[in-house]
This record gives sequence, C-alpha cells and structure tokens, in this order.
Amino acid sequence: MRAPLSWLREFTPVEGKPEEIARALSFLGLVVEGTEVIGAPLPGVVVARVLETRAHPAADRIQLVDVDLGDGEALQICCGAFNMKPGDLVPLATLGTVMPNGMEIARRKMRGEWSNGMLCSAPELELGEEGGEKGIYVLPTSAQPGSPVADVLGLGPDVVFDIEVGPNRSDCFSVAGVARDLAAALGLPFSLPEPPRSVDPLVARAEVSLAPGAEALCPRFTGTVLEGVQAAAVPALVRRRLSLAGMRPISPVVDVSNYVMLELGQPNHPYDLALLGGGGLVVRRARDGEELVTLDGVARRLSERDLVIADGTGAAVGVAGIMGGTSCEISASTTTVLLEVANFDPLAVAATGQRLGLHTEARTRFERGVDIELADRAVDRFAQLLGPGARRGVTTDVGRGLPARPPVRLRVGRVNQLLGTELSAEACRRLLGPLGFVARPDGPDAFSVTVPSWRPDCSREVDLVEEVARVHGYENIPRRMPPRPARATSLSPHQRARRRVRELLAGTGAHEAWTATFVSADELAACALDPGEALELENPLDQSQGLLRTSLLPGLARAARFNRERQAGAMALFELGSVFRRPEVGGTAREASGDRPVEGVDEREQLGVLAVGDGAGATWAVQAFEVLRRGLALSQARLAPAGPSTWPGAAAFHPGRVAAVMVGERAVGLVGEVAPDVAERYDLPGRAGLVLADLVPLLRAADGRREAAPVSRYPATDLDLAFEVGEEVSADELGRALSTAAGGLLTDVALFDVWRGAPLGPGRRSLAFRLRLRSAERTLTEADVAEVREAAQRAAHALGAALRQG
Amino acid sequence: MNAIEQAVERGRALIGAATTPAELQAAHSEAFGRRSALAAMTAALRDLGPEERRERGRELQEARAELTDLYTARAAELEQAAALDRARAERLDLTEQVWSMAGAGGPLARSLGAPVPAGHLHLVTQVRQEVEDIFIAMGFEVAEGPEVEDDWHNFEALNMPLHHPARGMFDTFYLRAGEPESVLLRTHTSPVQVRLMESRRPPIYAVAPGRCFRRDTPDATHLPVFHQLEALVVDEGISMSHLAGALDAFTDAFFGPGRRARLRPSFFPFTEPSAEFDVTCWVCGGAGCRTCAGSGWVELGGCGMVDPAVFSAVGVDPERYTGFAWGLGIDRLAAARTNLGDIRDLLDNDVRFLTQF
Repeated sequence: MRAPLSWLREFTPVEGKPEEIARALSFLGLVVEGTEVIGAPLPGVVVARVLETRAHPAADRIQLVDVDLGDGEALQICCGAFNMKPGDLVPLATLGTVMPNGMEIARRKMRGEWSNGMLCSAPELELGEEGGEKGIYVLPTSAQPGSPVADVLGLGPDVVFDIEVGPNRSDCFSVAGVARDLAAALGLPFSLPEPPRSVDPLVARAEVSLAPGAEALCPRFTGTVLEGVQAAAVPALVRRRLSLAGMRPISPVVDVSNYVMLELGQPNHPYDLALLGGGGLVVRRARDGEELVTLDGVARRLSERDLVIADGTGAAVGVAGIMGGTSCEISASTTTVLLEVANFDPLAVAATGQRLGLHTEARTRFERGVDIELADRAVDRFAQLLGPGARRGVTTDVGRGLPARPPVRLRVGRVNQLLGTELSAEACRRLLGPLGFVARPDGPDAFSVTVPSWRPDCSREVDLVEEVARVHGYENIPRRMPPRPARATSLSPHQRARRRVRELLAGTGAHEAWTATFVSADELAACALDPGEALELENPLDQSQGLLRTSLLPGLARAARFNRERQAGAMALFELGSVFRRPEVGGTAREASGDRPVEGVDEREQLGVLAVGDGAGATWAVQAFEVLRRGLALSQARLAPAGPSTWPGAAAFHPGRVAAVMVGERAVGLVGEVAPDVAERYDLPGRAGLVLADLVPLLRAADGRREAAPVSRYPATDLDLAFEVGEEVSADELGRALSTAAGGLLTDVALFDVWRGAPLGPGRRSLAFRLRLRSAERTLTEADVAEVREAAQRAAHALGAALRQG
Repeated sequence: MNAIEQAVERGRALIGAATTPAELQAAHSEAFGRRSALAAMTAALRDLGPEERRERGRELQEARAELTDLYTARAAELEQAAALDRARAERLDLTEQVWSMAGAGGPLARSLGAPVPAGHLHLVTQVRQEVEDIFIAMGFEVAEGPEVEDDWHNFEALNMPLHHPARGMFDTFYLRAGEPESVLLRTHTSPVQVRLMESRRPPIYAVAPGRCFRRDTPDATHLPVFHQLEALVVDEGISMSHLAGALDAFTDAFFGPGRRARLRPSFFPFTEPSAEFDVTCWVCGGAGCRTCAGSGWVELGGCGMVDPAVFSAVGVDPERYTGFAWGLGIDRLAAARTNLGDIRDLLDNDVRFLTQF
C-alpha cells in the first residue's frame, strides 16, 4: 500500500520529518518499506492572467497574447490556441522551463514577433486529456497570478510511504485507514469528511438482485446508476495521487473508481450500462465449467463454488470481488454507468482467487474483510469525485447484511496480565478511543467495547489487548525475565547422544555437511536407490528437486564430488538428518515405521558418513563406526556380515564389502564400501567408505547405567590362539564363540593377526586372537589357563576352525 | 520344423550354453555370422519369387530379432554374474577389522594410531548448539518435531483455517501423499508448539530448533531450506514483558552485553499481540551501518503471545494459562556471527568453508 502524505493529511494534520512519520507507522505494525520524497511537479510553470489577445501580423494560425504574471506588466506570448479570453487564468511555462517532454522553453521569435514563454495545454503538462492538445488549460479563477501552477492544483511536493499491511488489517489497505492509526499513535485529531449525497430522481434506479444460493457469499450488494459520465472531469490531483499510489490514470470513471478504493478501502466496479445485457446485475453462483474472459484477457473456468456477477440476461460479467469481465468495460463512449459497490465473504473470495491464481487489489481487500457499512460512503464519494456533470440515481441495496457484532468485554486486569503493564482503566479507554472503539464501563475495571465496523479483525478480548498495546507502544512495555520453570532441564538422552555422535565423528577427522533435502530421480538412481520409494513434491522449485531424499548418500556424494572438482584431497563428510520414504513401498520400511508421526510418510533420522580418497574404503568406514559404537557404549549393536537386502539401500554398497549394523536381530544400517558403479558415477576415486544407519534405533543400543566393577588386584595372563579357518566363517563368529567359551575369567579379547597364503590353502586364513584372563580373587594357575584354552579350542572346532600349533 | 526354426533352435542352445563372454561371442558368430545358416538362407532369398521372398524375408527377420533378444539378455546375465564374481573375489570379512580394533584404546592395545586433526562441525550446528545451551541454562528444554507435517499442525491448529489469507505468508511445498495439500514440508517450526501442547499440560518452557522449507528462489539471504528456532513458554502469569525480557536475555548472551531486542507490532495468526523483533546491529552496535541499512537494528524473527485460538485447538485453558512464542532464523544468526555475505555458502559443503569454523 503506497500512501502519499498529502492524502493522509486530508484526514489528520500530521507534521514532521518523513522518517519520523515512517517510524511512527512502523511502530504501529504498518511497516514502511520505503519512503520516497517527491518534488513539486511543473517547476517554472506559473499562473498567468490573460490581458489581451491580438492577431499576429504575419500569421493566422497563431495569435499574440499579452499576459500578466501578477506584477502588472504585459508579457507577449505567441500561441497556437484560441480558446482563452481576457481575464482567464492560464499556465505559462516561463523561460528556462524544461517541459515534461524534455523541451526547454527559450525566448524566440515566431514570424517576427517575440514569444516570452509558452502557454500550456493540459496534455503538455501531463495533467490529463482535458481540453486536448489544442486548448490551453484554463485554471480556476481563484488562482493567484505568478504563483506556481502546481500549488494552484494542489500538486505540491509530497512524500510516499510504501507500507506493508499485514493480512489482518483490511482497513489499512486504504489511505483513510492508515491515517486513522497514525492519528491515534501521534495523538492527533482524525476526521473522515462526509461526501454530499445528491440524488437525481430522474435517473433510473439500478436493477440489482441476489440469486438464491448467493446470499451467504454476498452479505451486501448495491447498484447505482450514474448518467452523463462523459462530462466528468477529474481534478489533476486525483490523477497525480493515483500515480503516486502506483496506479496508472486511465479515464475519469476508472480513475474515480480506483481513487475511492485507495482512499476508503472499498473495491467497486463500474459497468457501462449500455453494454450490460438486460440492463441490470444478478449475483449468482457460477455453473460448473462456466467460462468468463476477465479484464486481463484470460479465459477463466469457474465452478459452483465461485460467485459471479451476471447481467440481466444471466451472462457472467465478472468474478465477484476479484475481477470484472471484458464485456461491459468502461470506454471513451460510455455515457451511463452502473456502479457496483458490494461486500463479499472473505473466505469465498480467497478460495476463488486461489483456484484462479488471480491476485487483484479487490481480492486483497475482500479476502481480509471490507467494512460492510462503507458502501454508502463509497458511492457518495464516487459521485462527488465525478463532479456535478454526472447525475446520480438512487442506490439499490440488497443482501441480508451481517449479523450484528456483539460488544466485546475487556477486562483491565486481563490487559495488564497479558502485557505485563499497569495500565489504568481510563488509560485503556483513552488508547482505544481514537481507533474508533467505544468503551463503556461494564462492572469494575471492565468495559463493554463496541468494535467499529471497519475492524472485522477484532472480535475477541485479546484483539483489543493488542490494540491497547499498539497505541501504548510495545517499547513502553516493561521487561522482565520469565520465571524459572519449577524443574531443571537438560538435553534428552537422545539429544545428548546425538551431540556425542557429532563429536566422535569429527574426532575421526570427518567434517559435518548440510546437504539438500530435495533430490532428483536421477540422483537416487545414480546411488542405486529406488526412486519409487521416494515421496514426490507436488510443486517443486524445479524438476531436479522433485523428490525428498530417501538416503543421505546422494547429498554426501554430491558434496564429495563438488570438493573433488576443486582439488580437495582425501576427505570424510558426515551428516545427521531426516530421510523420507513412502511407507507403503519396500517391506523393510513398512515393518519399522519412521521415528515421526505423520501418516503416509516414513520420516526417520539418518546418520551418514562418506569417506573418499586414499585410505578411505570399507576399512575406514568400519573403523569410524567402531569409534562411534565404542564411544557411545552401544553394547547392543554390532557389525555382522550382511545379506543382499538386509536394509533399504543395500545396492549402494559393494556386495562383497558390506556389513550390517545389527541391534539384536534387527539391521539398522550398513557399513562398507560404496558400490563400484555408484562411485564411478560420482567420480569418486579409489574405494570410498560409507556408513548409513537409522540413528534412533542405533542410539537405543546404548548401555543404560553402568555399575562400577572393582578392578582386579591380581596379575593377568594373556593367551594367544591362532586358528585356521575357512573364509565362510567370519571373524565375528569365531571371536564371539571364543569369548563365550572363555567364560568369566576373560576380560578382553582382540584379533591381533590375520594371515592368508602358504602354508594355508586357498579359501583358508589364520586368525590369531589374544585373550586376556584375570580373576578378581586370585592369581590364575596353569590349570585355569589350560581349561580356557581347551574350551576355546572346542568352541572353535565346532565352527570348523582348527587351533594352529606353534 | 523348418530350416529357420532349426536355426533358431540351434542359436538358442548355443547362446544358452555360453558361460563366459568369449563363449557368448563364439555363439553369436555361429548364430549370426557369415557362415551361419541364417546368413545362407538370407543369401538364398534372391533366388525366390517376389511373393515368396517377402514372406520368407519376414520370417528370417523375426528369427534374427528373437536371437538378438536372447543374446542381449544372456550378455546382461553374464555381466551381472561377472560383477558378482568380482565382488566375491574382492570380498572382505569386515568383522576382522572390528575384532582387530577391539584391542585399540584398551588394555590389549599394541600401538597407538596416528592422531588426526579433528573434523569440523557445520557452522549451523555450532550456532544451534550454542543457542540451545543458552536456553537450557534459562531452564528451557529442547523439543523437536517432524519436517514433513500435516495441515493441522502447520496451519489449522495455528489459527489458519483453509484459505486463510495468512497462509499466503508461507510459500508451501506440498507432497503428493494423502489428500491434495494435506501433507507438506513444514514452513516454520511452530507446529512443534502444537505437538508440545498436545502431548502434555503446561507449564512448558521449550525451544525447538529445526529445518524448515519455503518455496523461495535461493538468493544471498534466502534459502528454500533453512533452520529456525522456535520458543514456547506457557505457564500461569506469563506476559509480553516476559517475552521482551527473554529476548533481551538471549540477545545479551548470544551477541554480547549491551545488545538488546526491540519489538514492533506485526501480525501472525498464531499470536496476539504479535510482534517482529529486531536486535541491536551486530556490526555497528547500533550506530548505523550498511548491514542494518543505517537503522542500528536488524530484524531477526517474529514473536508474540500465544493466541487463545491456538490454546483452544490444543485444549489448554487460555484463562488460566498465558504464553509467548517466537521463531528466529538460525542460519541468520550464523551469518551474523561470521559476517557471512552469501547464505548459500552454507549449503555448498566446500571443505575450505567448513574448516573455517
């Protein structure tokens, strides 16, 4: 909303620097996004009185005019127009004036006679078409010769405030509304002049009606016939203000229509009555599939949910409250206008506007709720601005109106409770009054407040509290720390563990990335992920961002490639973030629904680590995972050999180099090497390591509280055992078997040597474990050690592993 | 069985029997090559009359097509098998690494690995954690909610019924799931307020950091994916002066002593009264500079007293409880803290950027 200061000043005598006014507006919630200072138009053009007109001795298409600029001296001008007579006041462009078209006025001879300036027509001064190119613009007789024409026409310098109006304030989509708020905040008087109402009984009464089914969406509809509008002349001021407010002056009727909307906030629509079939208007619901070409030239397809304005024959001529049609548009030949000033249901206008994708000034106002009592004033103002040449008929007013709005009870205690202030009852009443709220005492320290019709946004006590606060000034509300909650807080165990995950991964040298949530089907496919599992956006920014990521891999791989392209060396990146799947696709996803509760969506928190470059690969990934597992004491989690479809997205891993993250019997992630084809598609060099896991179940694998165990005072004995075992038995199986078999004396176990090659046959390897044995009660004997050794040997044998003697 | 059928039969057998790429190549030559039966029959076409030639030519064409399909399918099978073989050949028992590491850092450790310089947490994470800690110290808990939301939590319960013009303040990404426009990417962290109040009774003192989404074209100060910090306090006797006080306390803790918050009236459907809040410009300290366009203040977020309609939607008694809420941009804080000119740098994950913080 662009509000010129001169226009605001018609309603309240605001003074002061533009930036101070802008600040006052901003602190009312009417945020000023820009302040433009506009100079006076037409510098150098002054009022001149015609003294005498004389024939040019050497030309008959121009004449000589003597004018007086107020100093009593006659100044000779050559002029091509003949419409002025002695005594007329006319605009004179003095010497040195630069005309709007760029021409500079200089003293020059025309056919031997001096011309000391130029008398101007309205179009030459860009003051409208009045009088045409050939007629000099004759000014009102009250003008003072010698004074600037801009002053005479009320076109002084101005300031335009570009105000962002919130969706709640329909009333401030008008200059008068902004002025009312501003006056309240600055403690200035505010007045909205009553335009006169002069009805010509000879003018026909407008034929307007509501069709059944339309009443609910149209609480009020008025029609007024105005005859003789071709004679209307709108003041230069109206056109200038429209321009300053950002609207192009078009023709007197259209200009007045826009002016009334901007000034009062009441959208309205003039129809050319001669073009209106049946000579009247009917408000009705559209028929399903009905089409209408709106003023912007677009054919609009409507439905029964939309409201249209139709002519007397039933043909639609406009979409109610949004935009008119082309059929009855005002033109230069329009003589009689049927003016529609109505009120439409805000939600219905919003819904239709959304469906049609049509944003208009009318919709902006109607969908926020227009003052239902504004129509009469708007019609009067419309007629007033058209001038006495147009004859206005009696207004037909239909619709059942809106239910009366009950007064709102305002408790002073509630005001102070919500704001933390100590305002008195009188102070509250005084703050609300200038906005049009009438507060009558209603019991001790309470008011019954009548809400003005232009504030449909205020219907509850709390709305009034905001009004009190606004006018009082938010900056005048005292500041206090909120009370401390009764219970101390900390991060949740999951949140704490998540922070630890980040720290542990950073400890491995990996950097944290933040990758995009949106991916394309191609990106998923490049990562061997099934795009069919992904949720699709209805309205993506572009098709390359049409899906929600089902895995962190595409983002991490993209980031790795981005860095490789910039000569980055070996690097590891990690991310913790949400991934999304359709729950109905993919057996594993269905079995474990996401962490989060929206139906139709399997959203879960994923952990992803991608390592590329020398030294990356499956081994790095396993080591990084082990850092996490042990750093977080995830004793319920372990890595186990993975089958082909243990967990969604397994195809992104090298099938021979992947292990499953098992929590109990359930796989919650995979650790290993990026599948060669995926690595190739992202230009990842060598072997890339990858960890992907569901974070929530993974972190649940942590030990709960640990009990302290006493540390043994007795010496330990290390037992080194090497086994020859086939590749089909994993180190994990053997290690676990040994641990179980070693029993209560075992405190630590680790694999310390792996050997493949002679003298072992193909498919065989040697795994050497060190078992540390210790008792809390005594020094171990050889018999103890022998017993463990035998048990370990038996357990290994059961797996087909033979103890190597040596 | 005619000669063509015999040739197809034989080709099928050859292709099916091939177990290596070389064998498959040989089968291909034998079935299609110059000396194959099909080639001979094709050559013989010219001796036939036009009618018969057309008929026979079509049959030969079909035979070739059938064999080509078989060949392509078999080639893919062999390629897949070869990939599996390679995978098998490259197979590693990753659990060896697990059990080898079992000694590291414990009593069985045989040697220390080389220490590596630690990696960096993302700037946004660092700022988020710092902000969380400030509020934890003030007694707030840290709450979370889903990024994909339903209409109820993102809009309706926040006093924005369907078609409410305030919905236009948020350019929403919708998902193709469920009813049209019923499932969406949350446009703010405010739905976490609703989830918190639905899940328990006041008092509630919580902040909710998280990722949000708006259909904005990315530029130096806007990303379609961004991070917000929601705050919600609901208790008896909470007023707007507490809101201003809490914002001051945060501003002071994050930006340093003497920095304060300023409230300006605004509109949000889920708060009443509503405000925008600005903080003292972090660059000039309030004197006026380019960052704050000379005003000495920089806008950081929106806030207000929880609207009674929101309380009603979640079943909290608005007469007994009052509360405040706000949302502020974490990325904005990160940019402020580091004087970051283009917020899009946060999304590139350029290691040269990540390792600066």
